[in-house]
Amino acid sequence: MDHAERPEAETVLRLAGITKRFGPLVANDAISLSLARGEVVALLGENGAGKTTLMNILFGHYTADEGQIEVFGKPLPPGDPNAALAAGIGMVHQHFTLADQMTVLENIVLGTRPLWSFNLGKAEARQKIRRLATDYGLDVDPDRMITELSVGERQRVEILKALYREARILILDEPTAVLTPMETEALFATLKKLVAAGLSVIFISHKLGEVQSVSDRVVVLRGGRLAGERRTSEATRRELAELMVGGQLPVNEIGPSTPGVTLFALKDVSTRSMGGAALRQVSIELRGGEITGLAGISGNGQAALAALIAGTLEAREGDIIVHGETARHWSPRTALDKGLGRIPEDRHATGMIGDMSVAENVISEAYRSPRFSRFGFLDWAAAASFAGDIIKAYDVKCPSPDARVRLLSGGNMQKLILGRALDGDPDIILASQPTRGLDVGAVAYVHARLIEARDRGAAVLIISEDLDEIQTLSDRIVVIHRGHLSSPSARGELSVMELGELMAGHGVAEGADHAA
Amino acid sequence: MSEAIEILFTASFWVAAIRIASPLIFATMGELICERAGVLNLGIEGIMVAGAFTGWFTVYMGGDLWTGVLVAAMTGAMFGLLHGFLTVPLGLSQHVTGIGITLLASSLTYFTYRILLPEVTSPPKIEPFQPFAVPVLSDIPVLGPALFNQTPLTYLAYFTVAAVAFVLYRTPVGVAVRAVGENPSAVEAQGISVTAVRIGAVMAGSALMAIGGAFLTMSAFNSFFFEMINGRGWIAIALVVFGSWRPGKALIGAILFAAFDAYQVRLQQITGGVIPYQIFLMMPFVLSIVALVVVARRATYPKALMIPYQKGER
Repeated sequence: MDHAERPEAETVLRLAGITKRFGPLVANDAISLSLARGEVVALLGENGAGKTTLMNILFGHYTADEGQIEVFGKPLPPGDPNAALAAGIGMVHQHFTLADQMTVLENIVLGTRPLWSFNLGKAEARQKIRRLATDYGLDVDPDRMITELSVGERQRVEILKALYREARILILDEPTAVLTPMETEALFATLKKLVAAGLSVIFISHKLGEVQSVSDRVVVLRGGRLAGERRTSEATRRELAELMVGGQLPVNEIGPSTPGVTLFALKDVSTRSMGGAALRQVSIELRGGEITGLAGISGNGQAALAALIAGTLEAREGDIIVHGETARHWSPRTALDKGLGRIPEDRHATGMIGDMSVAENVISEAYRSPRFSRFGFLDWAAAASFAGDIIKAYDVKCPSPDARVRLLSGGNMQKLILGRALDGDPDIILASQPTRGLDVGAVAYVHARLIEARDRGAAVLIISEDLDEIQTLSDRIVVIHRGHLSSPSARGELSVMELGELMAGHGVAEGADHAA
Repeated sequence: MSEAIEILFTASFWVAAIRIASPLIFATMGELICERAGVLNLGIEGIMVAGAFTGWFTVYMGGDLWTGVLVAAMTGAMFGLLHGFLTVPLGLSQHVTGIGITLLASSLTYFTYRILLPEVTSPPKIEPFQPFAVPVLSDIPVLGPALFNQTPLTYLAYFTVAAVAFVLYRTPVGVAVRAVGENPSAVEAQGISVTAVRIGAVMAGSALMAIGGAFLTMSAFNSFFFEMINGRGWIAIALVVFGSWRPGKALIGAILFAAFDAYQVRLQQITGGVIPYQIFLMMPFVLSIVALVVVARRATYPKALMIPYQKGER
């Protein structure tokens, strides 16, 4: 990808002095950026650095307060997605914009023909999609329903949507967040073919490794401002990280583990499905003083496993063994009583109640304990002081225990959940996607606390779609695929690619359910 | 007992079934379009009342029958515009708005009726649509007269089902309507206005509902009575679910329901008062609940149904 090295490369896109304010918040502060033909520019930055806002302005979802955009030398009218589409800009959103119960073809042709015509032009469209698919390695059957597709395939449909409309500039917003390592490789191969064909790509990411492997140039945003710009070949990983974070990158030291006895175990447990695969004959042992990491592509039974352990999903068969005893009855309440600390997957949906106060939220798992209630009446003073303790101990930035949780940032909300879960030193900890959507600082903080819990002897299970996270934290790694678990592997035993193979189902419960 | 079965083989039974089905077909297709675009339209019952009245009144005042149908459709579209405006750009609760539209449309209709016709004691009559036998096709035994010796509005109902199916699955605008009911942001991202598609769909659907109402005053009966819609709108909502939001299946549902209805009337006559007639009246509704339980549990509903779309929100 050395097209950009040529000095004569034509500039296809120029953003000049883009400023966007949301109330008092300046999301983009005088950002300028240019993109050449056949170039991949990585837009690097933490959550909230302004990457997505900038791209939404470019695509016409937002209107900038100041600044101009030029595409192929012509000014782009602001705030008009149609103008952006017509100018040849295609965007692949982080959250796919696909209609699930429609075919690939229908999703792609949507909006490409005058609404009032009697013909969808399916035959022609099918041919064009097939051609684009072969040219760029975007293999997907145009006549399949979106619901039947894997996440990787859905992303290919999104890219095809843009290419079908003759996009010359492709914006990919955190495209690898949902992909397996193999799918990521395939995406990068596609990007290479695209730039070879003269397209230009803006690749939004906060992962340094992939930015380095895919881009020609890196533009770093921090706090809404342009923090720096480097040629990828000339920048070191460390330099980019520091530009992104604005200082030293926090590093966690994780020592060797000293596994103790098994504190929690599942034996041949099966469940019904829950927004993804059901668990089938799953066995796992969580030992004290050890972090077990569960890797897998989302929808393979992680949700069911988390719900099972938390007590919100019943086991259809098999045993739950806690502290060596088979639990007859396992409900959220028994789980908490037996010392489970729980970090739920979705902090907004199941972790916290946004419209209730910090104090109300932190006692929501323990309100029945004598500590917070007397003769059935809540002791608000005790709740407030407990909330105050957590705010202090876990460094939560929030105005007061009475503040509504909705007003907290994601990182602070997660710290609050962490405080609630880890208070009282639970010896079994279930952490689902503990750092999803957090910035580097908060990630390091959450990791440090989980390591700390391990070191004092807790059994920790981390469920994450972020392989880096799994590999950094886990003493043992287990892979989930279609509700089956692989046998555990020790830290460092498997490479990323080998883990990827397992995540794709090669080697997990071999031959057990090929019918599925 | 054999009498009860013989009914099923009489042409007059099937003629009645199709006649009863016709307004339901219009109403069901109308509701289906709205829901496919992601908007529940509980205004259906009131919109049918309004359509029944305006269509009939147009003819009563000397208008052509087809002009009456057109006026009914436009009345429906106007209430659809109101429902669409309240639920799409303003994003109000679709349940509450829909019930409001039903109350508004029916009360307004009764009020207008009283204002326009203050003196009448017995409802004035019009000359309604007459059955028209389609040559050749209507000569098929039993099914021929049932399907092809009906009024032109019934033929329009058949055509509506085919047209709705064709538009939804074979044209760009249909793809947009379905997509907007599945994932509005998919539509927005492709440069189409979600608001325009949704309001358009609700207006078109409401126009069909009103024609369904007009069928009763202009084809089945020949005058306008209060309470003549009598829950047909609600049945149409159930039929949409029964049909899993598909025009063909919904058509089958409408005909089944109508057949039950026609059947129960005939059963009442056979049993000659041994069983209270209310039991028979109940039958189609009980059966439709049973059918819903059996069929609709696995139905895949439009994902964005009843979810207002706010631009820029995720």
